[in-house]
Amino acid sequence: MNASDLLPLAVAVPLLGAAVFAAVGRLLPRLASDILATAWALADLVLLAVLWHRANGRTLTNWVGGWRPHDGEGVGVVLVGDPIGVGMALLAAALILAVTVYAWRYFAEPPSGHPGTFPALILLFEAGMCGFALTGDLFNAFVFFELMGAVAYALTGYHVEDPRPLQGALTFGIVNSLAAYCSLTGIGLLYARTGELGMAQIGLHLADHRTDALVVAAFVLVLTGLLVKAAMVPFHFWLPDAHAVAPTPVCMLLSGVMVELGVYGAARVYWTVFSGPGGIPAAAVHEVLVTAGVVTALLGAVMCWQQRHVKRMLAFSTISHIGLFLIGVALLNAPGVAGTALYVAGHAGAKAALFALTGVLLDQYGSVDEHTLFGRAVRLRWSVGLMFGLGGLALAGVPPFGTGLGKALTERAAGADLAWLPAVFVLTSALTAGAVLRTAARIFTGAGATPHDGSDAQTRGDHEEPEVREPGRPVPLPMLVVPGLLLAACLAVGLLPGLGAELARAGRLFTDRAAYTAAAGLPAPAGPAVSATAGAAATGTGWTTEGVLLGALSGVLAAAFAATALWGPNLTGTTVRRLGGLAAAGSRRLVLPLRRLHSGRLGDNVAWLATGIAGLLAAFTALK
Amino acid sequence: MHVLPYLVSGWILLVGMYGLATSRNLIHAVGCLAVAQSSTYVLLLSIGFRRGGTAPVFSDVPTGSVVVDPVVQALALTDVVVGATVTALLLSLVIQLHKRHSTIDPDQLNGLRG
Repeated sequence: MNASDLLPLAVAVPLLGAAVFAAVGRLLPRLASDILATAWALADLVLLAVLWHRANGRTLTNWVGGWRPHDGEGVGVVLVGDPIGVGMALLAAALILAVTVYAWRYFAEPPSGHPGTFPALILLFEAGMCGFALTGDLFNAFVFFELMGAVAYALTGYHVEDPRPLQGALTFGIVNSLAAYCSLTGIGLLYARTGELGMAQIGLHLADHRTDALVVAAFVLVLTGLLVKAAMVPFHFWLPDAHAVAPTPVCMLLSGVMVELGVYGAARVYWTVFSGPGGIPAAAVHEVLVTAGVVTALLGAVMCWQQRHVKRMLAFSTISHIGLFLIGVALLNAPGVAGTALYVAGHAGAKAALFALTGVLLDQYGSVDEHTLFGRAVRLRWSVGLMFGLGGLALAGVPPFGTGLGKALTERAAGADLAWLPAVFVLTSALTAGAVLRTAARIFTGAGATPHDGSDAQTRGDHEEPEVREPGRPVPLPMLVVPGLLLAACLAVGLLPGLGAELARAGRLFTDRAAYTAAAGLPAPAGPAVSATAGAAATGTGWTTEGVLLGALSGVLAAAFAATALWGPNLTGTTVRRLGGLAAAGSRRLVLPLRRLHSGRLGDNVAWLATGIAGLLAAFTALK
Repeated sequence: MHVLPYLVSGWILLVGMYGLATSRNLIHAVGCLAVAQSSTYVLLLSIGFRRGGTAPVFSDVPTGSVVVDPVVQALALTDVVVGATVTALLLSLVIQLHKRHSTIDPDQLNGLRG
């Protein structure tokens, strides 16, 4: 069997699994259902690992049903597996397996009469994510995008007993679907211009015409759907609302890989469709997306620091990291893409582990509120608490975690572009990690002053429904083993020799439009390749002194932030009091209005979506 | 090619978004989402329109005759399926919300902010 024949299987296997669970899930006893779900998730992971291995740094393509194009034209649907795409699918499959194992005894009471629902939805989610990562067809990408979206809405509102998950799921669903329809409008415009739906074919045909308002509108509209999924500011308002209320295993998937797939999709669409002549100039994309990335990273970090609801805090930290990933991709060169890919992999491990540990807190104490849990989880200090702290350090990018290596590589690529960008990386990752460390110290050791309930506009994390109702029992083993393994995986990403070099090759392939077009069996694009060589000076695939030092600096800063929050209120002296007053005034003037913006209202969400589209349209029209 | 269908499509999208932004009722909001989506049907079908063309079913007409574009019709059909799924899912969430929370006014759902 040819390696490229495995591409459709990567989507078909989880789809089949979902169908099996939907059909016979109710007949299976609980244990059999758990074992079958794990085996199925493992099968897809193995399949994708084989695909990654056999692709061996090349781009695989499969024209589904043998509908190949003739003379560069055709209506067939193509699956394209380049190392970055297969890697994203592999990451999704790995997290799906982790979640399946984690959720073994997690949902003590499946909805009565439908015990197969959860595994069926999870496998359907996997099919959507793998399909989205591997498709080379724009309309197909929309369908997979909506598939993973619809499943994610359903999973977010899985606990239909509580009002808050339903509210989060509704906002999530309406905003993301609206954005997806904007994408579809853009795809329609591209089809009207080129008569093609394949990404490579559209890219080739755009060269026949100059860049005009239609191309700009199509680019912005297609990008809107992807960037809403990626939660770029100002499209991010749905994310904390959905992540704070979704069941913990679902949060692991949403934050770990689904949001990142939005960034991946935006990068893929830019390079394959719009990077050539007749597309969007690289300078415009670079300028707009780097700016948006910086704003996203800073806003996410500031909001993350303010939260007391632990899941919501982790959600804002995801937004902050998405900003960093956006910067990495928007450098529009191979080192940026390679570093970001490594960063995404490391971040997925660390963030999923942190969510999983928060799930343990919810399971044991029925609360995810930093203030009410103050000092209550001392008995879990050496298991959950230690891992939580390590997760915080990983989030800061402390060597030798994978996040550290990814951050160092992305920072180096960014620093070669704009000298002040690494400062954004260090500051935001330190702030988000500082929030995690502060939470860990408060909950697991009761360190520092007793936190007091401050400003009004906030989401509290007590009164959460515990997801498992068996008070007083010990923490189930899978809920401790899975986060441990996830952290180990994050460590492995940073330590495995050769992974960095492999991803550097993958990044070069990802940014090489001619290679993509050739792999799809189409004639080479006219005009010079835009991006492949820019910034190639800053190549390097492993740890450097500079990277280690910046990572360590983030870690030290994070610890300093956390210590200030914990013990700052206890200090006395005029200077300290004056600094405290200054901080309070800054928080009142700057942060409170920012928090009030996050009103959680559906109408505000949609208004921000429209504002964002208008802003992007204006920016790209001015810069085209 | 006539520009009117494109203007209509854009208008429907904007009306749907306006309705969503100002909605005071979640069922109305889901309806507005469906309105916004129907703009994509109008857009897709007007892209494939050929003056004087017939349905692209070649068992009825000679193979050389002018037909409208079948690709966009397939896209619109897929779009309808996606839309039906999402609308049904969202409406079921609204029903659950009404059962548990006895309100469908989005402004009264303020459990998540800041």
